[in-house]
Amino acid sequence: MKRFFLGFAVVSLLLAGVVSYFADSNPDGLDHVTEEHGIAEHAREHPLGEWPLADYALGGDDRFTGLAGVLGVVLTLAVAGGLFWLLRKRPDTRADVKSDVKSEVG
Amino acid sequence: MVRVSEPVAMHMSDGLLNAPTSLLFVAVAVAGVGVALAKARGDLDDRTAPMAGLVAAFVFAAQMLNFPVLPGVSGHLLGGALAAILVGPWVGALCVTIVLVVQSLFFADGGVTALGANVTNMALVGTAVGYLTAVALRRLAARNKGGLAVVAFVSALVNTVLASFGFVLEYAIGGQGGVAFGTVAAAVLGVHVLIGIGEGLITAVTVTAVAAARPDLVYLLRGVPQKLELRA
Repeated sequence: MKRFFLGFAVVSLLLAGVVSYFADSNPDGLDHVTEEHGIAEHAREHPLGEWPLADYALGGDDRFTGLAGVLGVVLTLAVAGGLFWLLRKRPDTRADVKSDVKSEVG
Repeated sequence: MVRVSEPVAMHMSDGLLNAPTSLLFVAVAVAGVGVALAKARGDLDDRTAPMAGLVAAFVFAAQMLNFPVLPGVSGHLLGGALAAILVGPWVGALCVTIVLVVQSLFFADGGVTALGANVTNMALVGTAVGYLTAVALRRLAARNKGGLAVVAFVSALVNTVLASFGFVLEYAIGGQGGVAFGTVAAAVLGVHVLIGIGEGLITAVTVTAVAAARPDLVYLLRGVPQKLELRA
């Protein structure tokens, strides 16, 4: 089980850290449509547009996309993993469930 | 002078929807994520919680990988169907929500006031329809690897197209620029059918790879009798 989880994490890190350099930099479908029809003119600059990690770069330098990606994967794993770990059912809390629940129909 | 940021991902920027519409979908997103938070608990234990964290991290990584769909146009995974098939609809919706929040607040990808609409489309609508499609086809998914691949592909395609339809509806309710509903719908849905094919392929490859290694970690297959396992 540990090996599978480790492998899954490594795949994500490689995708964000290495394969991301080969991503298509053309606008995606939604950006393309909103640009084409003049909707994107109404877009406001992101409040964090000047933030060092904006657009998956480091200070606007695309050469660090992989590093930004790895940071994002680690951050997402920490936030999501932390939340899910806190939310999970613990074996000891299961004991609190009323024992008169008639769910064990054999 | 405003620096024009390079568009890299299918997330709405701020300003495409008017303020009341943005707020409306913030409310929709908060309500939906609240329900998911309440329901997710039942699907999380010592084994599935780490898996769910890894699924979120994988969706973040995969969303960076724009693939070409037309000359000058790209697309990327949204991940709702993928997450729902692997960790269930409630946890899956939370996975995509966390990805969108991290992208918006740390990578300036997707607006902040637009976060409500983006969460509604990709984390709630996409995950829900992707999961419902997968459940409708669950017997095929349990049959063999090919069946699972087909179900993952179709669920992901439906997820992408209907998530993009979320944008079309939001734009119709309170979009800026006054472009006609039919025009937006045709353009957005057309390109997202193509993106959905890419989403379907990535989802099929990922889900079958997980199922090959750890079938017990595929939420969709839980409790479904596998073909060779006859239950008395």
